[in-house]
This record gives sequence, C-alpha cells and structure tokens, in this order.
Amino acid sequence: MDLHDLTAGYALDALDPDERNRYEEHLASCERCRDELQGFWHVSGALGRAAGGPMPPPSLRERILEQARSERPKVVPLRRRVTTPVLAWAAAVAAVAAVALGLWSLGLSSDLDDANSKLAVLGDPNARVHVSEGGAANLVVTPTGRAALVVRRLAPAPAGKDYEIWVFEDGVPRRAGLFERPGVAVLSRRVEPGQTVVVTLEEDGGVDAPTGDPIFTASSA
Amino acid sequence: MRSRDLAHLSDEALVALVARSDESALAELYDRVGGTAYGLAYRVLRDEALAEDAVQEAFLGLWRSAGSFIPERAKASTWILTLVHRRAVDLVRREQRRRAEPLEGTPEPAVGSAEEAAWLRLDRERVRAALAQLPDQQREAIELAYYGGYTQSELADRLGQPIGTIKSRMFAGLTRLRELLEDIERTAWTSTT
Repeated sequence: MDLHDLTAGYALDALDPDERNRYEEHLASCERCRDELQGFWHVSGALGRAAGGPMPPPSLRERILEQARSERPKVVPLRRRVTTPVLAWAAAVAAVAAVALGLWSLGLSSDLDDANSKLAVLGDPNARVHVSEGGAANLVVTPTGRAALVVRRLAPAPAGKDYEIWVFEDGVPRRAGLFERPGVAVLSRRVEPGQTVVVTLEEDGGVDAPTGDPIFTASSA
Repeated sequence: MRSRDLAHLSDEALVALVARSDESALAELYDRVGGTAYGLAYRVLRDEALAEDAVQEAFLGLWRSAGSFIPERAKASTWILTLVHRRAVDLVRREQRRRAEPLEGTPEPAVGSAEEAAWLRLDRERVRAALAQLPDQQREAIELAYYGGYTQSELADRLGQPIGTIKSRMFAGLTRLRELLEDIERTAWTSTT
C-alpha cells in the first residue's frame, strides 16, 4: 500500500493506530506529504469550526484554568526569542522538550502530549531529515530545533533496559529521552545544526552519562 | 495583563503568551476557541462528560507544551481543534459509542463578542455550503470519518466498498473542499479590499 494515500485519512483522524504510526514515520521522510497535510489540516480545521454542537458548561473553563494553575511550577519558561533572522533557528527554545522531560519523570505525561509533540515535529513542512549512519533511523529537526528520531530497524529493548537518546553539546552528551522499540521518539532536548545525536542501550529509566556503545549516530549538520 | 488588554491580540500571539505560562492568555484562548472545541468534541462523542474531557486535555496539553507544539505555519485555532478532534475520536473508539446522525436542534456554541459570533456563523455557513457542493459519496465519507469517528477500514465495512474506494473518496473530497474554501476565502478577500 502506498503511504502517500493515507494523508487524507490522517488529516481526518480516520486511520487505525498501526496505520497512524506508519504514516507518522513516513511523514518524517516525505516532504510532499507534509505539504499536502498542511492543506488538509486547514480543511479539517474548517470542518471542526463548522461542527455545531452545544455550549460547554461554565464550570469547564474554571476546571481547565484551575488545573493549569496547579501545574504551573512544572512549566519551564521560554528563553527570549532572538530576532536576528540568521540566528532565528537557534533562538526559540523548545520548552516542550524540558517540560516534556519534567513531566515524563513525574509520570504526568499523557499519550496525548506525546502525540502532540510528534505531530508538531513531523508535520512541520520546514523540518529537515538527516539519515543516521547505516540508515536505521531518521533524525527530523524543525527550524526551531525541535527534533524527533524515527527508528525503523531495531530490536525492542530487552527486559530491564531502555534505549537512551543523547544530544552532544560541545562534545558533552546530554540526556534527550528514552524509548523501548522502533517508532517515533520525540527528543526532550533541542538539536542545533551540527550537533550529533547518539542512541545507546542503558539500564531501565536511563543513566546520567552513556555507558553503552553507540547503536547509531545521526548528525544534524 | 488583564484580559481586556488581550482582546486585540491574535490567537498566535496568545499562544506565545501561554508559552510563558500566562494564565490570562490561556483563559482568553479558551474564551475564543473553547466553545467551538466543545461543540466539535460533543458532535463526535455525544456525551457531555467525555466532550469536557477531550477539551480539557487539549487545552492542558497546550499549556504543558508551552506552545511549542504548534507548527509554525498552522493557525492556532486550527491546531487546537486538531488536538481536540484527535482526542475525541480516540475516546469515541474506546467507548464504542459512535453516532453518525447529524445533531438536531442544538444551539450554536457561544463565543466572546457579537462580532466574533457573526464571523463564526459566516465561517460555518461557508464550510457547510462547500460540503454541500461535494458529490454525495465524498461528503458521506468525510462526514462519517470526521464527525462520526469511523476509520477508513470501518467505513469500508459499513458502506460495503473496497478500502481503496473509501480512500479515494476521502482524498478527492478533501482536495475539492480545499479548493472550494480557498475560492471562498479569495472572493471574500477581494470583495472587502
């Protein structure tokens, strides 16, 4: 089956979970589909606005704001944007990354947050795709440095182990997230041009510095 | 910042403030998009509590992700509705409560000002007019998928068609809708300038 044909179904949220995952992996390497998806999302958004339906109860607004207030201390503030165009790519800090990391470690992340972040990286038509050495994975990086690793060929992590992602900043490995099996993993750390992303196999829950051999390496240069 | 000051900001500017944990910006975004979002979630789910859950999770997802989840080129309101819709169809599939019939006699969602309400109504009429121009089979596939929460393979079973046919109808229908909506927007633009 041609994965290009799934763009309309994806924009309408009409894919089975397996198809959705496969399509998201496909998006990472298909500029044509990312462009087409932008147009179709415009249409599905219009369908959403035209849905009709009743008004929400006033209590919903209060509940959302109250919950947001209670989560505030976990939110990492954004660094100020640098407005020089040349530096713009490096400017926006992926607060999502730090926030997602904090929330993961607190066990508060939901599937939805995960799906959101995947969508935002893979759905960005300006994202660049870098193939890892050996071709087992693609590293997708948006102009603001948000990144996802699309892992195709890899055995699931053995019991008691996790794959850990590292971003090398000035030669220092920084923790950037964990995953257990092939698929799409959103990095909890921004990737700047020229930086290298490495995956190692580590103890369950990850470690402070890599101990395993690199399983694969991708450069964002 | 008081909410009065926020009224002149674009949705995208509000998202940037939400990214800095500005609670009043989140409240203003909810006031603009929350009603529509709930209407959409309710249309898919046909259950008040589940619709509230879908809207709450989408807005809190936005809050937690500090706006960075918004793709650079997407309209903020479109993106919020995308999140709400994704959550609503996931819930409706889990709860096995799909309903394909259109809603009858429900009030339109309320939004902030009379002006916004008029815009929303106009927008909705444009989309409904565009939908009405689609061939019946394309409109049926799109409505059952988007509002009914059916997957492509479920639609193939329900309509007794090969899945390739369902995919073609969705693709052709969305492509046509995109053209129709672009035409409408272009016409609306030139007639006001």
